[in-house]
Amino acid sequence: MNLYLWPTQASHYAGQVDWLIGGFGLLVIALAAPVFILSGIYLIRFRHGRQVDRGNAERGNAWLETSWALIPFVLVLGFYVVSTKMFFEQQSPPDNALTINVVAKQWMWKFQHAGGQAEINELHVPVGQPIRLVMTSQDVIHSLYLPELRIKQDVLPGRYTQEWFTASDTGRFAIRCAEYCGTDHSVMGGQIVVQTPADFARWQAQAGADKSLAQRGHELFDRLGCAGCHGGNAQGQDAAVRAPPLIGLYGRPVPLADGSIVTGDDQYIHDSIMLPNKQVAAGYKPIMPPFGNVLNEEQVAQLGAFIRSLGTGEDK
Amino acid sequence: MTEVRRLQPQFPTLERQRDADHFGMLIFLSTEVLIFGGLFVALFVLRAQHSAEYAKSSMEMHYWLGGINTAVLLTSSAIVALMVEAVKSGSARLAKWLLLAAIALGLAFVAIKFTEYALEYRDGVVPLLSPAHLRPGAGTLFMDLYFVATGLHALHVFGGMTLLACLIWPFGRARRDTSAVFAGNAALYWHLVDVIWIFLYPTLYLAR
Amino acid sequence: MTEALSHMNPRVSQEAIPDTAEERRSYLAEGHSLKSWLTTTDHKRIAILYLLSITFFFACGGVAAALIRLDLLTPAPDLMTNDGYNRAFSLHGIIMVWFFLIPSIPTTFGNFLLPLMIGAKDLAFPRLNLASWYIFVFGGLATLATVVLGGVDTGWTFYTPFSSTYSNGAVFMAIVAVFISGFSSILTGINFIVTVHKLRCPGMTWGRLPLFVWSHYATAIIFVLATPVLTITLVLVALERVVGIGIFDPHLGGDPLLFQHLFWFYSHPAVYIMVLPAMGVVSELITNAAHKQIFGYWFVAGSAIAIAVIGFMVWGHHMFVSGQSPYASAIFSFLSIVVAVPSAIKVYNWTATLHKGDIVIDGPLLYALGFIGLFTVGGLTGLMLTMLPIDVHVTDTYFVVAHFHFIMVGGSVSAFFGALHFWWPKITGRLYNDKWARISALLIFFGFVMTFGPQFLLGYEGMPRRYHVYPAVFQPLNVMSSVGASVLAVGYLFPLLYLMWSLRYGKPAGPNPWGATGLEWTTPSPPPKHNFETVPVVDKQAYCYPVGGRGEQSRPRTQQAEAGE
Repeated sequence: MNLYLWPTQASHYAGQVDWLIGGFGLLVIALAAPVFILSGIYLIRFRHGRQVDRGNAERGNAWLETSWALIPFVLVLGFYVVSTKMFFEQQSPPDNALTINVVAKQWMWKFQHAGGQAEINELHVPVGQPIRLVMTSQDVIHSLYLPELRIKQDVLPGRYTQEWFTASDTGRFAIRCAEYCGTDHSVMGGQIVVQTPADFARWQAQAGADKSLAQRGHELFDRLGCAGCHGGNAQGQDAAVRAPPLIGLYGRPVPLADGSIVTGDDQYIHDSIMLPNKQVAAGYKPIMPPFGNVLNEEQVAQLGAFIRSLGTGEDK
Repeated sequence: MTEVRRLQPQFPTLERQRDADHFGMLIFLSTEVLIFGGLFVALFVLRAQHSAEYAKSSMEMHYWLGGINTAVLLTSSAIVALMVEAVKSGSARLAKWLLLAAIALGLAFVAIKFTEYALEYRDGVVPLLSPAHLRPGAGTLFMDLYFVATGLHALHVFGGMTLLACLIWPFGRARRDTSAVFAGNAALYWHLVDVIWIFLYPTLYLAR
Repeated sequence: MTEALSHMNPRVSQEAIPDTAEERRSYLAEGHSLKSWLTTTDHKRIAILYLLSITFFFACGGVAAALIRLDLLTPAPDLMTNDGYNRAFSLHGIIMVWFFLIPSIPTTFGNFLLPLMIGAKDLAFPRLNLASWYIFVFGGLATLATVVLGGVDTGWTFYTPFSSTYSNGAVFMAIVAVFISGFSSILTGINFIVTVHKLRCPGMTWGRLPLFVWSHYATAIIFVLATPVLTITLVLVALERVVGIGIFDPHLGGDPLLFQHLFWFYSHPAVYIMVLPAMGVVSELITNAAHKQIFGYWFVAGSAIAIAVIGFMVWGHHMFVSGQSPYASAIFSFLSIVVAVPSAIKVYNWTATLHKGDIVIDGPLLYALGFIGLFTVGGLTGLMLTMLPIDVHVTDTYFVVAHFHFIMVGGSVSAFFGALHFWWPKITGRLYNDKWARISALLIFFGFVMTFGPQFLLGYEGMPRRYHVYPAVFQPLNVMSSVGASVLAVGYLFPLLYLMWSLRYGKPAGPNPWGATGLEWTTPSPPPKHNFETVPVVDKQAYCYPVGGRGEQSRPRTQQAEAGE
């Protein structure tokens, strides 16, 4: 029987987390040890029946109390600083990260690569390359947990959340859902397959994607009639039905009808498609029909990729 | 409800018993504040996340009616305060008339509130029942919270009116208790119901 | 020398002992009919009513736990279906949290002892107290109705939109049950606060209050301020589920994170409701076992209030991976470290109290030591969880399950048993066989560690919580955990047996079998209905044990007789 005593470290970050809990574990043992040791000593030394000096026992000592409150607190604060710094680094993926769209639904994980490859419950990634997972849920809250990479992030309906990692070893590692989501919560999982860049490229080629994510998005854009208002090339129209241009929208500040300015990020694009009247662009009427009942999250991700591609004027 | 004048065995003096009744009521009122507090948090979060929609929905509220209701409740609170003074000075009959006046104002409040609800139904901004002109998303959410908050408040107005009515019957002898224990507690409850409305009104009706 | 033979043990007799004179004059003798019990306003009888009720619910929650641990012996879903398992852990959580842990110590020992400890004849509002119990029972019945209606499968945390839109369990009935139980908590909280403020006997200043009273006062503050937020949150979830208005479901325009904020704003302080009374118990048990003044009275009293207050500021540490702002997470992480400090102060002070004490190691002390050991481990793993990268890895795994069971079960339930043993003679007038008490305490301690210790590793290794089916590699640790659970169950069963036995065969306790300080020990055992014939007047600090130890003369008769062990 394999005595699985410690989870594999599949990334450099995982190693850092292990060091953190190891070091912190030593600190807490140091803080707790006096309690266990002294209690044991006192139970023996001062047990009833033993002749020992019990006089002049202190009823309190403010200096002692303050120091055994403050010193552990300050020591723990040291770890707090290190931990929080690590955490914020984990919130900011590097610019060269490969983005993969994730849609969680009861009870499976669907992955879409930028090149158009789609996977269910299995995710192929290259080793040594930062990977950014942009995630949303089709229904309830799920959570994408990669234990060997020591990362986890809840996946929400109606919102994008993200996590990123750089795997340092090739191999197969676990994907598990970590937010209770109903009947098959405990079987909602799979494997992340970390491959050498060469193997990954081979996998991409044979994964049967004839179109990239953005190309699929362009198809949807035409099929659903978005071009009718936004223009065939999404340049916006000056016709009776006026809609904002989408070229260069991604990442650009967008003035809204109420006077505020938001960034045209993934969330904004998602909401503009699903619930357009939530944030209306300045100077336009709130007449865009909502597509919340027409599209699923994977299709929204494809449209998002298409609009992102318009930012540079290219269509991959 | 406490027995007026009869000293319970756990209290050393009547005065201590009165103190305890009063203090207990205050603590109970703090729980009511926190119940509504949760609703206020929801409203403030909505306001922060969707300020334009929130303001638009708020501007469409019938704030004149709401304003009149505010005046109605404030007046009734003043009357209830006078009622407590009347009980303390031994004027049980005057207290009875003041109670009736306060209850009448409470009924007026509820009547105006339901008139507003009827108007909102006609305007088509009631979620589920008459949603024709509801703005999707934040607009609907605003109206949802409006109905929950004012509905819960109206329930509390009914509760307060019941307490006040109990002072007329069947606990009329509580009006003759010059230490005004029951009267004071009922008045405190009524004041709280008023205060909650004082916060609800600007939150719901006056957002711009 | 075998002590199994009762005639060798001076606390328990071979023949049934009939009612003593004290018992005939006690609160237990004031009416023997069911009606006299169901319409009582005596805080002591109400405490017994609660004791019976929460024991019943502990058994129900325990059955659910047994089903869970049995099923988890194997990685495959062979005992229950996935849906059945989800209902089992949901019921286990709902019953154990709201119908056992939250009421446990406050409504039993709090109700029984608070008036006695402050020299009062009852709580401030006795009829409200009885109302609290009836409300609690109705909430409990609603929970049982949930089972009959097919069960609820949302977990005790009712996360939206699963609970409000997607679940097809008896969610509404479960919400009703918890909603009702909230009012029971609120009324008890009001009663305790007013009692401590207004019913202290002459000379009982705040600075002379037993620490048990301070803890219950702090707990009552949380009852009163936190529970209403749960009340309104449940109302909103019910409205979303039944009427379809969207507050938490994004497809209806709502925000699922809003639910989590509102829910945890109550539920984090709720865990302090579950632990503060236990800490109060431990202060009483340690000072009595050591026969010594508590070390740092004001630090211990103040730390209870500090825990209650700061406990309202840390709820976001349940939401580090929820999608909340990382800046919020950083702030909650810091505040969660702060809230650990007063707990640490208590543990250090209890240890210092043992120094130069005159320590008798009996059942109650073993339970108190069990609390200190297990709570310390649980609390320190909590400190680990405040570190964001650690939490990101282990939240929603068995690491967290182990953490909170160490505190709530290893801690609070041990303290509950300690209180049960310590005040049993006062409540019933009878002594029990301490050897069995010590055996049970050890069984509970070791059974507990075996059940929940492995779960820390399981969690770090990546086994998420609420998993019916799990990867086979996790089986050895799960088996160890389940075996430990059976030992724990036996440990919990023993006291039921020997304590019930003592009701007939236990020797009369007398007013103060442990030589303890505290006004409750100045009354007969069991106390008469109105507690005190004359109102006590207090002129001493709490825990005013004679300096320098017990001395031969002050040693209680029962312990002298056992000198030959």
